[in-house]
Amino acid sequence: MSDNFVEVQGLRKFFNVGNNRILKAVNDISFSIKQGETLGLVGESGCGKSTAGRTIIRLYEPTAGSVTVDGVEVTKLSKSKMKAQRRNMQMIFQDPFASLNPRMTILDIIGEALDIHGLAGSRAERKRRVEELLELVGLNAEHASRFPHEFSGGQRQRIGITRALAVEPKFIICDEPISALDVSIQAQVINLLMDLQKKMDLTYLFVAHDLSMVKYMSDRVAVMYLGKIVEIAKSEDLYANPQHPYTTALLSAIPVPDIEDEGRKERIVLQGDLPSPINPPSGCPFRTRCPAATERCAQEAPELRETRPGHLAACHYA
Amino acid sequence: MSQEMNVNVTPGAGSNPFEKIGRDQNGGERIVRKSLTAWQNIRRNLYENKLSMVGLYFIIAIALMAIFAPWVTGLITGYNYFANELANANQPPSWAHWFGTDDLGRDMWVRTWKGAQISLFVGIAAALIDLVIGIVYGGIMGYFGGKVDETMNRIAEILYAIPYLLVVILLMVVMPQSLTTIIVAMSITGWINMAWIVRGEIMRLKNQEYALASKALGAGSMRIIFRHLIPNAMGPILVTLTLTIPGAMFTEAFLSFLGMGVKSPVASWGTMIDNGRQAMTTYPWRIMFPALFLAVSMFALNVFGDGLRDAFDPKMKK
Amino acid sequence: MRPILEVKDLSVSFDVFGGEVQAIRGVNFTVNEGEAVAIVGESGSGKSVTAQTVMRLIATPPGRIKNGSIMFNGRDLLSLSEKEMRKVRGNEIGMIFQDPMTSLNPTMTIGSQITEGLVKHQKLSHSAAKTRAIELLKMVGIPNPEVRLKQYPHNFSGGMRQRVMIAIALACNPALLIADEPTTALDVTIQAQIMELMKDLQKQMNTSIILITHDLGVVADVCDRVIVMYAGQVVETGTIKEIFRNPQHPYTKGLLKSLPRLNQSKDEPLIPIHGTPPDLIKPPQGCGFCSRCEDAMRICATEAPEVTTISETQMVRCWLQDPRAAKGAGMGKEESA
Repeated sequence: MSDNFVEVQGLRKFFNVGNNRILKAVNDISFSIKQGETLGLVGESGCGKSTAGRTIIRLYEPTAGSVTVDGVEVTKLSKSKMKAQRRNMQMIFQDPFASLNPRMTILDIIGEALDIHGLAGSRAERKRRVEELLELVGLNAEHASRFPHEFSGGQRQRIGITRALAVEPKFIICDEPISALDVSIQAQVINLLMDLQKKMDLTYLFVAHDLSMVKYMSDRVAVMYLGKIVEIAKSEDLYANPQHPYTTALLSAIPVPDIEDEGRKERIVLQGDLPSPINPPSGCPFRTRCPAATERCAQEAPELRETRPGHLAACHYA
Repeated sequence: MSQEMNVNVTPGAGSNPFEKIGRDQNGGERIVRKSLTAWQNIRRNLYENKLSMVGLYFIIAIALMAIFAPWVTGLITGYNYFANELANANQPPSWAHWFGTDDLGRDMWVRTWKGAQISLFVGIAAALIDLVIGIVYGGIMGYFGGKVDETMNRIAEILYAIPYLLVVILLMVVMPQSLTTIIVAMSITGWINMAWIVRGEIMRLKNQEYALASKALGAGSMRIIFRHLIPNAMGPILVTLTLTIPGAMFTEAFLSFLGMGVKSPVASWGTMIDNGRQAMTTYPWRIMFPALFLAVSMFALNVFGDGLRDAFDPKMKK
Repeated sequence: MRPILEVKDLSVSFDVFGGEVQAIRGVNFTVNEGEAVAIVGESGSGKSVTAQTVMRLIATPPGRIKNGSIMFNGRDLLSLSEKEMRKVRGNEIGMIFQDPMTSLNPTMTIGSQITEGLVKHQKLSHSAAKTRAIELLKMVGIPNPEVRLKQYPHNFSGGMRQRVMIAIALACNPALLIADEPTTALDVTIQAQIMELMKDLQKQMNTSIILITHDLGVVADVCDRVIVMYAGQVVETGTIKEIFRNPQHPYTKGLLKSLPRLNQSKDEPLIPIHGTPPDLIKPPQGCGFCSRCEDAMRICATEAPEVTTISETQMVRCWLQDPRAAKGAGMGKEESA
């Protein structure tokens, strides 16, 4: 307990979508992250992974559950205490074209972080600090006076990272930071994130749908399906011995940029689409698409349990 | 620095063109395109729209005449808008009185431009009051949503439902017949439209990632609304503003026509039209000039407002 | 194999404020009958502009086709009138777009969107068109086609819509299908379904396919040949095997190296391509990739490289192929980071 930097317990986030229908975007998830560790959170769109990230940093108010970051329970903090706590935890967003205010210069976008927390005494100091931060991510001082639309996607994403770093956080939630970028640029951003992690001892929650990048980047990976965590394990172990049939299918769907199938498993093409999280299937949420589903799966919801040392999966047959 | 590196690359005499130099350490990040802010882009789009530029020039010309014409004419000829000169009543346009004179022998040229002053002032003042109330009220409605939005929206709807003339007539009873009363009367319900426009824009923008990023940094609601959301909603707001001015001018004319306008000897285009209407067939110049200028300036403002909308959102054009 | 599409010296520019963006600069390629070809490149490389030019979907202005020819089944598409072109679109060449959420008309049923082309181009009767539409939906793997036909796009999920798009594109048995990033907006499991489907359909119908993508990963399974574009030019072409096993252009190599292998450990750093692609409002004088190339030479900055033929099927545009280039330079410094 004590060495866990981030501790999420029984987190739920429900949205009322009208007509008394409840969308259970995040439905009772628990995990922990050690200091300096990266936890990958993967799943398809609509599985609740982004909502989970946003609820942890309280962009959405959680419906239930607790989130502890650096020893502080954040879900019940008052406004002013939460503001102070936000210096500890930050977020990097998915869409580099939407995450920077188009009417502000880069100086003001990054400078805002300093303004909010009173981290720069004078205008000159603010400017100097922003330029320092830009250099940290491989941009330079001349970029400070430019507007977001003048930059390429990769450059913008680095500006987004700079903004998050400006308050010197210890925990960063990366919400699909590379999925909107070109392949040749993705590696730049991943390398940058990993460099920064080493340099500043950062703890990451890395939310993504690209399992190959997550596997490479993370120490441990949690797989989400319809608001639930279905499997969580060390990334090598998850890749080598997937326990949940959904994880197996996800892994086999990764496009491999090679012609001969070395080391690739038989591709399992899942049938059908993700069921609606407003009206999820009874029992195991995955049973409607699972190639191995049985009668039992429709009746009993499987618990997340240890199936191998340090490897948890929610499947009756794991 | 990077400039110098680039120069080095040109093959000098004797240097081997096939010598390896590696990648340009900085060149890949350089921005070559001329910096063009969003506002510059809008201005450029506006310049290309000839009709709306004509509208703008008309508005500027009328405004300049309204400010200077009564004063300059007074210096040269000694005419003013209030002194009666019954011997000269109802003169047709001539070299001495370009627009003729009215039933009390006052110079119509001076009175027309004096009227422009009042009409434009009423239009602009009413529009600005709408702007301020509308932005604050609509901004709060849109950003907080839920119960706040519902309550505030109900209040606005109730105000909107009260017959407008009733409000004006009631106000006239409690307040003296003056310019202030007219502006107040128009503002009581005038801002609602602006508030709804702002509300819609804010609702659209508040889940943009840049607003979320600012919230994650610890920014307060007011900062997010006024630093991030309103500046990005400026397009529709400005368009509504320019289209409110002619509306207010028309309402003022309409109220004057009903005898609720400014008191003689002060003139607005509305009171002058009302006054001229009584002698429309015998002395047509008394209604012609104020009516012509009212029509022209309303047309010019509408054309300019449309051009502005296209400039903000060029996609709307086709 | 008979070439079905031959693009020669194609140049397209867009007039913008402050200059001319040279989106594609002298592109040459061929697509043979029954062949699946991938055009790979990052955003701004000109791959989508190329596809849209083939379909004549470029808005003019601001777009301008400056030069070149597009021979399709013996006709130059660039010389056709708009009316003639309308007969080609949808009938002889089908197209699938990136975003299945916006490329279907939300106010029309799926059925009428599929039959529209059949009635217009193939002169089928309404009942015959309906029968064919049901056949098509079955073929792209949509269950209960008779019921689905009467539904609107909002009743379909993203993956299902993309299947409908494919059904529409294939309705008239086109000789060529252009798929512009058909799976970028979809999840991996759905992406796998769609790719599988395209592969099957190509085998069944012997349609030629141009698959446009920025992800080399999805290419390997479906395509026979790859065209790599960078900064508005074709920098390398070759068969799948040649591109994956013997890439010649430093950009192609970089693309392959910047993807993590599933068995790559966290301690082996990824090898990214540094920097940002050039802004084509001011295209580089020499090779477009020069400023990001680890193996760049002096000449790369000043003179554009010519095409070198490596094999009957592989061609590359790079100075490293020049016999005067230092030996071994082409092998690159793999570990330079």
